[in-house]
This record gives sequence, C-alpha cells and structure tokens, in this order.
Amino acid sequence: MNRCFMAFASGCLALTAAFPAMADVGSRLWATGGVTSIEGSAGGGLSPWALLSGYASDEEWGGTVTLSQATTEDYSLNVAGAGVTWNNRVELTFARQTLDLDTLGTVLDEDELVQDIVGLKVRLAGDVLYSPWGQWSAGLQHKQNREYTVPEAVGSEDDTGTDFYLGGSKLFFAAIAGRNLLVNGTLRATKANQGGLLGFGGDRNNGYEAMAEGSVSLFLTRQWLVGAEYRQKPDNLGFATEDDWWDVFVAWVPDRRISVTAAWVDLGEVADVANLGDQSGAYLSIQASF
Amino acid sequence: MKFAAVLLILASLTLTGCQTNGSEAEPGADLYQQLGERSGIADIVEDLLYLIVDDDRINEHFAGIDIERFHTQLTDQLCDLSGGPCTYTGRGMRESHAAMNITATEFNALTENLILAMEDNGVPTSAQNRLIQRLVPMYPDIRNL
Repeated sequence: MNRCFMAFASGCLALTAAFPAMADVGSRLWATGGVTSIEGSAGGGLSPWALLSGYASDEEWGGTVTLSQATTEDYSLNVAGAGVTWNNRVELTFARQTLDLDTLGTVLDEDELVQDIVGLKVRLAGDVLYSPWGQWSAGLQHKQNREYTVPEAVGSEDDTGTDFYLGGSKLFFAAIAGRNLLVNGTLRATKANQGGLLGFGGDRNNGYEAMAEGSVSLFLTRQWLVGAEYRQKPDNLGFATEDDWWDVFVAWVPDRRISVTAAWVDLGEVADVANLGDQSGAYLSIQASF
Repeated sequence: MKFAAVLLILASLTLTGCQTNGSEAEPGADLYQQLGERSGIADIVEDLLYLIVDDDRINEHFAGIDIERFHTQLTDQLCDLSGGPCTYTGRGMRESHAAMNITATEFNALTENLILAMEDNGVPTSAQNRLIQRLVPMYPDIRNL
C-alpha cells in the first residue's frame, strides 16, 4: 500500500516535470509557496509557515507533489505528500510518513511506523510580500497512525490526533546586504509524540500544549535560499525524553515548477531506549508544482 | 547547545551583511547608478513593456494606451524613486488605477515582469530588491485596497 503510494507520487513528480505544456503554474513570485514540510503543509522542512503551497494567486488553482527523505544514525523517514491551493486562500494537503526503525526494528519486532496526515490551512489576512504586517494563516493537521503497536507499547494514549496552529510569515526586502529575508513564526497546539509517529498524549501528559516554531531564510538570489528552523516539542511519554528539532537548509528553486531542498536536521534523542544517542542527518526533498 | 551552531551561522550571515552594507546600501544615488541611470532604466522599462504585451494575464489593461507616453512616465517614476534627477509628473497611483480592479494575480504578474526585465539588463540582485522595496508601499493604492 505504502509502496504503491510512493510509486504514484513519483509518477506525478515525473509527469509534472516532463510537461512544460502545463505552463500555468500560478502567478505568485518564485519560492513564495515555501517548500513542503514533513507533515505535508507548505512551510520549511519541519514547520508549517503562513505561506500556502504552490503558486496559486487570487484567481488561480495550484498544486504540489513532494517526496522527502531524512536519514539519521538509526532511523530513516520517508514522506510522500501532495497538496492543492485555491485562490491563495485555502490549502488542502495529504502526507504519508514512513519511519523505518533501522536499529530498533529487531528490538521492537516492528519494521516501521506509518502515519497519514490530512492538512488544512486558511490564509486569514495579509500578503507575505506586500503587507507591512505580513501574512497570517491558521491551520490544522489531522494525524492517524496506521501501525499502533509501538506507540501503544511506549505509553501513548491515542492513535489519532489533531494539531492546530497559527502562523505568520513576512518577507523583508533588501534586509541583509540587499538580500530579502523571510521570517516565519508558528504557534502549535499539539498532543503529538515525535510529531505523532509515537501516537498522541502519554503517561506524563495527555493534554494539548502550545509549542513555538520559527525560521529565518535569506534569499541569496531568487533561485537560492539558505536558512534555519527550530521546532519546540512536547514531552508526553515517560519511557524516553523528547527533544526539540532544528535544521539548517539550502533550497534551490530554479523555476516555479520544481524545487529541491537539502538540509541537516537534528532530531535530538528519539525513543532512546537503547542508548542510540542524538539523531541527526541529511534531509532531501524534491517538490513539483503544477 | 546544538542550537548554538545555527545561531553562529545566522550571526555570520548578519555580519557579512553589515560589512558589505557600507558599499552597497547607500540610499539614493547608488541605486540609481546600479539601475544604469536614466538610460538604463529606460531600457528596463522598454523590456518590461515587451514582456507585458506577451503576458495574457495583464496585457488587456495596456491595450490602447499611448505607449510612448507610458514609457516616459514610468521611466521618470522609477528614476525618481531610485534617487535619480527626474521628476515624475503623472497621476497618483490610486487615481490612475482606481477603475482597473487590479487583482493580486495581476499585481504579481507585473512584479514578475519587472524582475525579469531587470535581470535581462544585468541589474544586481540587491538593486532589484531595493527598487521593489520602494515600490511595495504602492501596493494598496494600485489595488485600490
């Protein structure tokens, strides 16, 4: 099932890239759809931004398909995602995350954790480029574990959960050495353990908590941006502590149709029952827009 | 502790910014020079007009205008805005766009064409950004918001 979905998403990517005839990608300026976060919403890699995916401006439809992979010392996360945006007002996304338990797999007798995420984001007000106060959006991410054996075993309370967030994004023109600076801040209410891959709520805490997320990115040119992200995390499970996440990234947006993001991510200790230590590694994401 | 690495990278970006600021970010005359003075701006506006004519998102708005007068006025306006020795004598942005119902899509299309025209004329990224920065306050007037 999961392989099928990955193959389908790869097919979409290839098709989109191969059809220059589908020229109407949308009118928003380059990179103003951000990239696709690991939860499917437009954002950076780890955090949703107030930007809506793709390039649909106020009279247009747009969509994206994305494949992402993060490989740390003891885990690898694969994400296939797709989204549509209407009139730069509403973004609807879907993502499937598959976490391969490379090292822990034999210990836990479970090869992978799989989670589906349906996301909805609405732009409330403003424009990231043109409004002095920036762009503001509210969103939710409804998450469903497809394999619940491991999350249940480590003390999570639920296999389903919904995150709610409010985000603000603002581009400052010619902010540093004449380069444009994009700043994003997001406040998320969540019960998710490790983003939901280890279920929702736990023995230590079973209520919603507010988490802060933020990023800064500098457009070196309109094709290249570099930046960093930070995502605060709850700590609901007693069996192991949960750390905040951060990354540094470089994104290449040669054209509206395609973007490639490479990052170094640090996920801290993840379900560290076997002294695995910090999980950090390379992240690569490729997104096609149509 | 790990976050310190991120801060270090950001700090170095910021510092680099401060060092180059002296030569690059002088207000006024410097931006005008980087755009190629009035003749350079006239070339940019000419290329912009060619892009507009080919752009089905916005070319309707330009049908039937006095293209020569428009070219002169927009050149003067950008020259004026970038600190050059010109005076824009045309109408205000709100007045001249009031009846046009410019959408965000159309505004974005024009911005895109202006950036492409500047790129075609070899305008450095920093100068492009600073010109756009000075145009952005006109957004609510042009869109009649």
